[in-house]
Amino acid sequence: MTAALDLVVAPGDGALITVPEGGRLRIVDLHGNQAVDTLLYDAADIDNRYSAFDTVREQGAVYLTTGSRLLSTALDELAVITDDTCGRHDTVGGACSQESNVIRYGEHTRHQHACRQTFLRYGAAKGIGQRQLGHNINFFMNVPVDAAGTLRFDDGLSAPGKHVELTASRDILVLISNCPQLNNPCNGWNPTAVQLIGWWA
Amino acid sequence: MPSSYHHEVPGGAAWSAPVRAGRLVTLTAQGADANAALLLFGADRLDRLNIPDTVKSQMSACVRPPMVLMSDRGLALARVVDSTLDWHDCLTGFGHDRHLRRFGPSSYAQHRNEWRRSARTGLVSELTKHGLGPADLHGCVNFFSKVAIADDPRASLTLVTGHAAAGDTVTLRTEQDVLVVLSTAPHPLSTADYAPAGVRVDVSPAPPADADDASAVFRAESARALEMTRRAQA
Ligand SMILES: [Zn+2]
Repeated sequence: MTAALDLVVAPGDGALITVPEGGRLRIVDLHGNQAVDTLLYDAADIDNRYSAFDTVREQGAVYLTTGSRLLSTALDELAVITDDTCGRHDTVGGACSQESNVIRYGEHTRHQHACRQTFLRYGAAKGIGQRQLGHNINFFMNVPVDAAGTLRFDDGLSAPGKHVELTASRDILVLISNCPQLNNPCNGWNPTAVQLIGWWA
Repeated sequence: MPSSYHHEVPGGAAWSAPVRAGRLVTLTAQGADANAALLLFGADRLDRLNIPDTVKSQMSACVRPPMVLMSDRGLALARVVDSTLDWHDCLTGFGHDRHLRRFGPSSYAQHRNEWRRSARTGLVSELTKHGLGPADLHGCVNFFSKVAIADDPRASLTLVTGHAAAGDTVTLRTEQDVLVVLSTAPHPLSTADYAPAGVRVDVSPAPPADADDASAVFRAESARALEMTRRAQA
């Protein structure tokens, strides 16, 4: 099967991809330790969107990997992770924004580029605005939580060439921000390009 | 002079109220294993609670004093000033109709005001009264519930029964004019018989917060969120 999509997304850039039901979308961490902030929407109803906490609860575990059913705010299955050579992905750490950068790193980061801008820029074509930005997936990002209730951002578990693959359970929109964050280890302190490869009819 | 009031939310119900900046909002569990799924909106009703930003900024996988509840736009909505419990779940969302199916069908016609409605149904009903709707749902805090995290490769989750008892409390201090929306439906991971406990809400004026208040000195991140709200109200 020839790829329906083969796109390199530069660091700090994004994409809005329509994946038809049954289509497979592979995200390749070309250079390693690159967070790929991702939101999913039912293509027929953008308010039926990916829900991180419904997904976490229904699978009874915090981390995402092969077999994780990515559920919507109405508990519909939007996609399933069908392949994963990284091993684990975050969905509780959220995306970076100018405002959360100020909180986390200080006022001097206010005007640094952040994922929320990319989401809003690429989402606009389908009517995805501030209200439609739910809590996202961070592919390739390592956010350990533990029994004591602590949570932290750690160096990634990913490496050059690792990939994760989604299979769409219905027609979906995949909104991606290739994270430009420079202030924590989620991108190995050096944001790099990722590749999107899609297979569908 | 602002005055106080209290309201009893019965188990299995939903409630919403605008609360002005500088108020203490105390929730008190009226029975064992009460759950208050809480959504929070900022003064403009577009900005809303952002659990991921709240937990990552304060390096906690649950909500507890003296954390600051933060919004999408990087503002402090409220500080958690006090609680008898050291863990309030914020990773497992609110319940849907599907979680009540095991109890069989329920309707007003059948059960009158004892009919079983999910947290989602109640929250959306309340949101709609304020011109909001399903698009405005977001990650909630499940006050009074603990979902334990296992130190295993997937960070498995288990609801802890018996975590909260009648009389347990949590107190928030509002940092801007907020809209509080809450449901007292059972926690979605509950396997118990249907008997959701009620929650009492007390709203009263808060004394001015000191610069060295526990939330303000908790972490630099907490202090910056409070500072950004101060600027938004300057
Ligand atoms: Zn980012």
